[in-house]
Amino acid sequence: MSLLQATFQWLTDPSHWQGIDGIPTRIGEQVHLSIESVAIGAVIALPVGIVLGHYGRFGTLAINISNVGRAVPSFGILVIAFQVFGLGDLPIVIALTALAVPPMVTNTYVALREVDPDVKDAARGMGYREFAQVLRVELPLAVPLIMAGVRTSAVQVVATATLAALIAGGGLGRYIVDGLARSDYPRTLAGALLVAALALSTEFLLAGLQRVLVPRGIRLLNAPASRRAGTFKTA
Amino acid sequence: MPSRLFLDLVDPWINWAWLSTHIPYVWAAVEQHLTLTVIALAGGLAIALPLGIAARRWTNLHLRPAALAVFGGFYTIPSIALFALLIPYTGLGTLTAEIPLVGYNVLILVRNVLVGLDAVPPDVIDAANGMGYRPWARLLRIELPLALPAIFAGLRVATVSTIGIVTITAVIGLGGLGQLILRGLIESFHTPLVVATVLCIVLALVADLLIAGVQRLAVPWARPA
Repeated sequence: MSLLQATFQWLTDPSHWQGIDGIPTRIGEQVHLSIESVAIGAVIALPVGIVLGHYGRFGTLAINISNVGRAVPSFGILVIAFQVFGLGDLPIVIALTALAVPPMVTNTYVALREVDPDVKDAARGMGYREFAQVLRVELPLAVPLIMAGVRTSAVQVVATATLAALIAGGGLGRYIVDGLARSDYPRTLAGALLVAALALSTEFLLAGLQRVLVPRGIRLLNAPASRRAGTFKTA
Repeated sequence: MPSRLFLDLVDPWINWAWLSTHIPYVWAAVEQHLTLTVIALAGGLAIALPLGIAARRWTNLHLRPAALAVFGGFYTIPSIALFALLIPYTGLGTLTAEIPLVGYNVLILVRNVLVGLDAVPPDVIDAANGMGYRPWARLLRIELPLALPAIFAGLRVATVSTIGIVTITAVIGLGGLGQLILRGLIESFHTPLVVATVLCIVLALVADLLIAGVQRLAVPWARPA
C-alpha cells in the first residue's frame, strides 16, 4: 500500500474523527488558540496604531516594529514562553500574541496616516471634536488597511499555532510531531495536509470577510505597498 | 511544572561559563544557519527574477496571476507542514529544508520584481523606444535597473523572514540556531535557547542593514536627498 493511500485511509478512519486526539478537537484547539491570540493582539495593537497614526508620532517605530517582528524567530519565542510559563495554553497564547501585534500596529498606523489631510480639515471645519473625528471620519477610511493588517496577523498566527505541538501543546501540529516521533508517516502526512488546508481556508475566509466588511466606496483607497506590513511570515 | 522546579532554581537565563566553552558549537550553528539562508535566497532569486521578467515580457501567457496564485498558496502553508510533506520523498536533509524556503522567497521576490517593473514611468519607456531600444534590451538595461529599489526591498524582507524560518528546520535535523533552541527545549536548558534566539534576531537585523548598504551602493540614484 502506498504512502498516499495509507494517508487517505488514516484521514477517512472514523476513529480519527472523534475523541481528544480526533481531528475536530485538534482543529478546534488550533482555531481557539489563534482567535484568542489575534483578539488579544488586536486589543493591544489597534489603539496603539490609532493613537500613533492620528498624532503622527513615533512613525519610525510604528513602521519598523513589523520589520523587527519579522526578525524574531517564532520557534525561539514559543520555547522561551514555555520555559517561563510552563505547560498549558498560556505560553502559546503569549507567544502568538507577540507575533500578531507588529503587523497590526504598522498597518493601523499607516492607515491613519494615509487619511487625506483635506478630509481631516473638512471634518474640523464641520465642527467634529477630535475624538469624534477619529471615530467617525478617520477610522472608517482606515478600515481597509487595518483589516489587511488583521488578516496578515491572523493567517500568520494560525500557521504558527502549528508549532504549539513542539512545546507539548495541542492543535494539528500534534499529528505532525507525533507522527515523526513514532515514524508513523501517514499520521504526519495527514497532519501536514490538514494544516495546509486550515491555513489556506483561513486566508480565503479572511479575504472574503475583508471584502464584505470594507465599504465599496473606499476599497480603492490603499497605501503604497512598500509601507504596509504586507508579507509577514515567521513559521 | 514540578519536574522543572529543580532546574529553575539552578539554571540562569545565560550560563556564561557554558557559553565561553561552547563558542565553536554556537559558531557551527551560525554557519549552518547562514548557509541554509544563503541557499534559500539564491534559489529564490534564481527563480523569481526570470519568472518576473517573463511575466512582464509575455503578458499574453498570464504568468503573473498564475505565479502569484501558486506561490501565494504555497506561502500560506506553514513550513513545518511542508517539511513533513516532503520527508517521505526527499528525506531528512538540505533539499527538504530548501524547497519550502525557496518557494516562500519566490513569492516575496517575484511580487517585488513585478511591483518594481510596473513602477517604471511610461515616459521613460517612451524615451527608450525613441532611442531605438528593442523590447529585450529596454527591459534588461532600462526597466530592470529602475526596478532595483523594489527588488532590494523584497530581498530584505525575504532575508529577514528566512533567517527566522530556518530555525524550524530543526525538526528535520538541521536548523542552524534552531538546533540550539530545540536542545534548550529538550534539556530545559536556558542558555542555548536564549543565545540562539538573540543571535537569530541579531543576524536578521545585521543582514537587513547589510543589504540596505549594498542597495545604497548599487542604486545611487535612489538615495534620499
